[in-house]
Amino acid sequence: MAMAIEATEPDKTAAPPIIDTEDVHLWYGSNEALKGINLTFKEHEITALIGPSGCGKSTYLRTLNRMNDLIPGVTIKGEVKLKGKDIYAPGNDTVSLRKEVGMVFQQPNPFPFSIYDNVTYGLRLGKQHTREQLDEAVETALRQAAVWEEVKDKLHDSALGLSGGQQQRVCIARVLAVKPDVVLLDEPTSALDPISSSQIESMLVALKKDYTIILVTHNMSQASRISDRTAFFLQGHLVEYDDTKTIFLNPHKKETEDYISGRFG
Amino acid sequence: MAEDKIRASLLKESKASKREKHGKILSFAAIGLIVIVVVAIFIFVATRGIATFTVDKGSLWDFFTKSQWNPGATDKSGHPLIGALPMIVGSFAVTLLSAVVATPFAIAAAIYMVEISPRRGYKILQPVIELLVGIPSVVYGFVGLSLVVPFIRNHFGGTGFGILAGTMVLFVMILPTVTSMSVDALRSVPRYYREASLALGATRWQTTYKVVLRAAVPGIMTAVIFGMSRAFGEALAVQMVIGNAALLPQNLVSPASTLTSILTMGMGNSVMGSVSNNALWSLALLLLLMSLLFNILIHRISKKGALH
Repeated sequence: MAMAIEATEPDKTAAPPIIDTEDVHLWYGSNEALKGINLTFKEHEITALIGPSGCGKSTYLRTLNRMNDLIPGVTIKGEVKLKGKDIYAPGNDTVSLRKEVGMVFQQPNPFPFSIYDNVTYGLRLGKQHTREQLDEAVETALRQAAVWEEVKDKLHDSALGLSGGQQQRVCIARVLAVKPDVVLLDEPTSALDPISSSQIESMLVALKKDYTIILVTHNMSQASRISDRTAFFLQGHLVEYDDTKTIFLNPHKKETEDYISGRFG
Repeated sequence: MAEDKIRASLLKESKASKREKHGKILSFAAIGLIVIVVVAIFIFVATRGIATFTVDKGSLWDFFTKSQWNPGATDKSGHPLIGALPMIVGSFAVTLLSAVVATPFAIAAAIYMVEISPRRGYKILQPVIELLVGIPSVVYGFVGLSLVVPFIRNHFGGTGFGILAGTMVLFVMILPTVTSMSVDALRSVPRYYREASLALGATRWQTTYKVVLRAAVPGIMTAVIFGMSRAFGEALAVQMVIGNAALLPQNLVSPASTLTSILTMGMGNSVMGSVSNNALWSLALLLLLMSLLFNILIHRISKKGALH
């Protein structure tokens, strides 16, 4: 397999990339899971990361807000620049990084608190907010996450009483409330039914104007429906990265074509 | 002919199903025996304990409110002197105080073992805690008697015997139980709560006290109540350091008594069926009811925790 893979050069006229990763390698112990990933993400776009299980797409996603730091035995090399600043530079604070780069997980994981306390959690970590500010932030975030109408009358009930799809949207609201620049989503709909999934998909499209969204998905049609760009990962390599249309209709690499057409993975 | 054979073999009980039946009978018998023993103990203690009030004409009101304990004697109106208030106060005082002192230490130790340094916690603290649980209570009492009591006498005055000494001994005794149960409570908080919190820009400490501790509250409360029920029922070690005076404690260093200490002191000195013996049974009944209450509380909390 040819391994010298270049990320597509972004338009010179467009806005500078919000995230720029250069030659990112990651080892779990001695097992190399990412083998030199070069990727750039532009503002206000949805990028889908696709590939078979174990290809490194989730691992890569987690390097973007340093969630892999929590796993013992992980070594990371290369550069991940957020708005031009290397997030792995020594002395860099993961706390402020994660406020700029939020993350939504595969399993809906609301805290065992009320919906209100869930959404305000990130805000309450920082400086003091008045009750009015919090109320407003809760409504804005829940509206953005398209779940306000369903939960507005039970904001003080436990979030665990909601359905899976509602829980996931509350989790997204919880991230949005912190007002990050980038939202990472790790297979956010794979544990949900088709209706909840499509609600989340249309919500993500609506969020694009305010956030940069990077999404790992196993669902190829989801990637083709909502993303602007698609990156295809295979065995720790980035095989192809291009406009979603190109990837799905006219891929340049044979592996991509095989995967898209369902010949493996 | 062949059909009959098949029919017979189908209708016959197989070996495996017979074995299942035997196993069921055996375990039902074992459970039955346990239930019978528990019920028998309860009935026995209850009939004896109630006899103080029915047969011996003790007053239930006196039992809970008067502070004169001398069941052999009677007052002017002929009621036996069974004021158990000093013991009740003593028992609750040492229980609550030791729980109040032990809980912060237990939670701090549990946080260290689960969140801050799991490896060292597992290697060093875990064995220490297991060792502490295994030490017989008479050893705790002996240490209390030879170290804690003189220490209190020299630094706080009095004889050294009293609620304070009892609290300190019980604190050390329940600390390992409360700690290890709190550790379990913290460990059972799912990893994805921590991840979600960290991903929102929380520090580890914020994650610990805002999410992990909060999610573990039912488990920690169970741990504390479990420790309290142990403290409430502990007899020997407390009896050795509390002074065993059936008087209302004036302060933390004046000799006092607990339900258990008066029971163990009085057991050998009374004749079955006498008023003083029945009065002791009343104390035992109160202990039994309290431990029942602790159990109900633990069940309630763990049920509520499961619902969320």
